[in-house]
Amino acid sequence: MSILGTRVLRTEDPRLLTHGGIYVDDLREPELAGAARVTFVRSPVAHAEITGIDTEAALAAPGVVAVLTVKDLDDLPPPPPPPAEGEAAANEGAPLPLGGVWSEPLFAVDRVRYVGEPVAMVITDDSYQGEDAAELVSVDYEQLPPVVGIGVALDSEQLLFPGTTSNVAVNHPLAASTADFDGCDVVVEQTIVNQRLAPMPMEGRAAAARWADGKLTFWVSTQNAQISRFILAGALGLDPAAIRVIAPDVGGGFGAKVGIDRDALMVAWAAKHTGRALRWAETRSENLTGMTHGRDQLQVVKIGGTRDGQILAYHQDVVQDTGAYPRMSGFLPTLTNLMAAGSYDFPNVQAGYRVVVTNTTPISAYRGAGRPEATAAVERAVDLFATEIGMDPAEVRRKNLIPKDKFPFTTKTGAIYDSGDHVAVLDKVLEAAGYWELRAEQARRRERREVLQLGLGLATYVEITAADAAGGETARLVVHGDGTATAYTGSSAHGQGHHTAWAMLVEAELGIPMEKVTVIHGDTDLIPFGVGTYGSRSLQLGGTAVHLAAVDVKEQARRVAAELLEASEDDLELDTDSGGWQVRGDPATRRSWAEVAGHAGAAGITAETNFTEGHPTFPFGTHLAVVEVDTETGKVRLIRHITADDAGTVLNPLLVEGQRHGGIAQGAAQALLEEVVYDADGNPLTATLVDYAAITAAELPSFELVKSETPTDANPLGAKGIGEAGTIGATPAVQNAVVDALSHLGVRHVDMPATPSRVWAAISEARKQGEGE
Amino acid sequence: MKVSVSVNGSPVVAEVPDRTLLVHFLRETADLTATNVGCDTSSCGACTVLLDGKSVKSCTVLAAQADGSEVTTVEGLGGADGMHPVQRAFHTEHGLQCGFCTPGMVMAAVSLLAENPSPTEEDVRSGLEGNLCRCTGYHNIVRAVLAAARDGASQ
Repeated sequence: MSILGTRVLRTEDPRLLTHGGIYVDDLREPELAGAARVTFVRSPVAHAEITGIDTEAALAAPGVVAVLTVKDLDDLPPPPPPPAEGEAAANEGAPLPLGGVWSEPLFAVDRVRYVGEPVAMVITDDSYQGEDAAELVSVDYEQLPPVVGIGVALDSEQLLFPGTTSNVAVNHPLAASTADFDGCDVVVEQTIVNQRLAPMPMEGRAAAARWADGKLTFWVSTQNAQISRFILAGALGLDPAAIRVIAPDVGGGFGAKVGIDRDALMVAWAAKHTGRALRWAETRSENLTGMTHGRDQLQVVKIGGTRDGQILAYHQDVVQDTGAYPRMSGFLPTLTNLMAAGSYDFPNVQAGYRVVVTNTTPISAYRGAGRPEATAAVERAVDLFATEIGMDPAEVRRKNLIPKDKFPFTTKTGAIYDSGDHVAVLDKVLEAAGYWELRAEQARRRERREVLQLGLGLATYVEITAADAAGGETARLVVHGDGTATAYTGSSAHGQGHHTAWAMLVEAELGIPMEKVTVIHGDTDLIPFGVGTYGSRSLQLGGTAVHLAAVDVKEQARRVAAELLEASEDDLELDTDSGGWQVRGDPATRRSWAEVAGHAGAAGITAETNFTEGHPTFPFGTHLAVVEVDTETGKVRLIRHITADDAGTVLNPLLVEGQRHGGIAQGAAQALLEEVVYDADGNPLTATLVDYAAITAAELPSFELVKSETPTDANPLGAKGIGEAGTIGATPAVQNAVVDALSHLGVRHVDMPATPSRVWAAISEARKQGEGE
Repeated sequence: MKVSVSVNGSPVVAEVPDRTLLVHFLRETADLTATNVGCDTSSCGACTVLLDGKSVKSCTVLAAQADGSEVTTVEGLGGADGMHPVQRAFHTEHGLQCGFCTPGMVMAAVSLLAENPSPTEEDVRSGLEGNLCRCTGYHNIVRAVLAAARDGASQ
């Protein structure tokens, strides 16, 4: 029996459980012996001109090796030529990062644009000295009016970037005709805030660097070593061959560790500039202001249909706050637009977006990256429509979901959904949850006017994984003369379990037991080409690449075994149970992998692949959240969460369930607790874990997972991505549940996070309005 | 000042600055890097270790305060013969992903079970409230602690 599809415990665990992982700050490589510590001096103000930097006192402090500022950046390649007149306008609509007038420097040059922006760097013998010395760097700021919040960015005359005419960096607003809504009995419009979040991996950003003999060795906590090398080569003006990037164990990423950012680039530059080996590991407060944030969209949705539940039109208009510099979030709302209508077959769909800059931390990918925003908007809209026509939200969904016989399905916004059965997953979840019994219980509590009201929230979602399918992923598989194998992957694990999954793929194809398969990732000297892990792409691209490399190795081995056994290739078979080659049906002739690979030569048998998918894949599912809301205090408790998440064929249920659990928790966290908050001056109010309400075990129930597997034809494994399904489905399900619990009181919408104060205010407002009528 | 701590049964004696935190003493002086630093406000629990048998957040204890005490980190939990039952349960229940919170989470779970050998799910969830995990959604961590309790991990 194949090992694929079975619950295999992780090979990564014993090491992580008994000695801990080796994260960047744990490295004890001899090359880093005596490494000095980097501490950044960061802007304490949101928007200001820098009029002077005095480093004298810091330089005199104990343990200080160097204090570096923008003036020291004299050994970098020249910046691109200044944009010609009118180029800012031409830039609009360009992909990320926007460059030109919107360019992001390394050190702040003459202006700071968010609290936490790097202004100077202190290098000391140890980290305590670094914190002391950083305090002594004196920076003069002349404050400028802060631009904080989307409304201010759109209205203010204060511009973040000289040479621009507005704070709108990309401008493709919805320009839809209202004729779409002709024939609708009911039209509902709603403004929705999809709030700003902190990705908050448990390990913050960290890097170590050493420059020696004309080569940079750079250890970094990243989701992609190869992309990091590419970025480094460009920024430092180095030949990629002169850079080795190593991603050791990485303590979570969630999209915020895609590539490397300016802070890490500066660590690499400083190691070369000073000749000292350097280490940097940010504090949590730095992490909560310096690492990119996620989400932060203002959405206006409009939905219309007939009273019998048929939805005829849906419009989505998005403004993305990209923070101080347009990094990936110049692009993210295109995914929000692309996935606008989600899992529904609406006849008329239109979407548009704008991107604005503000004096806040830059926004980038966070678990879902543009798609949770689309799902949150449309799932809220469908519930608003259902409430307006007085129909159960499950029934409205069933009437409007894309029917199974329409796949592959081309959406009005141009996505091609490969496979799906959206009605089936809805029905599975309704049944597993006992949906109609819960509705009856809800009715009883309403009847009795109980303090604890019950809310049911549905989200039927579809999402896009491996959106950059054509980018592909690399693998190299070597079967050695001792019968062991090594798989080199361009994919980059940071908790997902690649080492287990990739070894399972090798065992399944070649019969080499998992414990004899070593998986190596994240070292550009060993794997010069690769893309990495993000966008739920790893198994379908990186896993398939390993699988195809194993298929290739098998065909090569067949030729070698034929020679060894003096038999025809056609007469040979590989017994994957024993891992041996033999003449078909004749175990007496069996030759082990060690014998076959040994016969092939000293290097064993090697295959290299670069697998690209013909199209992205579209996982789908249904989430149902059940909440209790205390109508006197506004406190919400998530008491059950039931999901069916269909990501195609499952390789290892254990790993898939883990991905689902983690995503559900982060989704519920957005709906109920987490929010990055700034005051009007751009001061972050959530810069520690005391203030940022990261969700804990005490605030969550155990989750109820329902199985569903609909294979895709995009890759031979039949696999789609599962990493982001949880945040995409859970966020609107929990939010809808909160509103549902209060709908009988007249509440129609509560923005996220549904904190007690916000829920209490919504109840009070609804009661006031009710009394007024 | 001179600090002497018994770490996982071995004496570690060193001259360190007065303000040295226990977590840095463990990581830099004792060179035991499993215990991680995840925040600067005692909120995340990644640095949880046992100090004289009780769980503490080692980022909020001065090395000086641990002078003369016994500290157990995850490296010292299993002994020579492999994994402690709590570690084993984290493995069999898939209670970890990236692994960064894991050493602290395991030590918090060991301490929880020492105080309450037969916890309910709610006991486990409230008992681990001071330890953040960003990967697992806590589902399998809770299952692991309950499984370890069933296997008599506290004995």
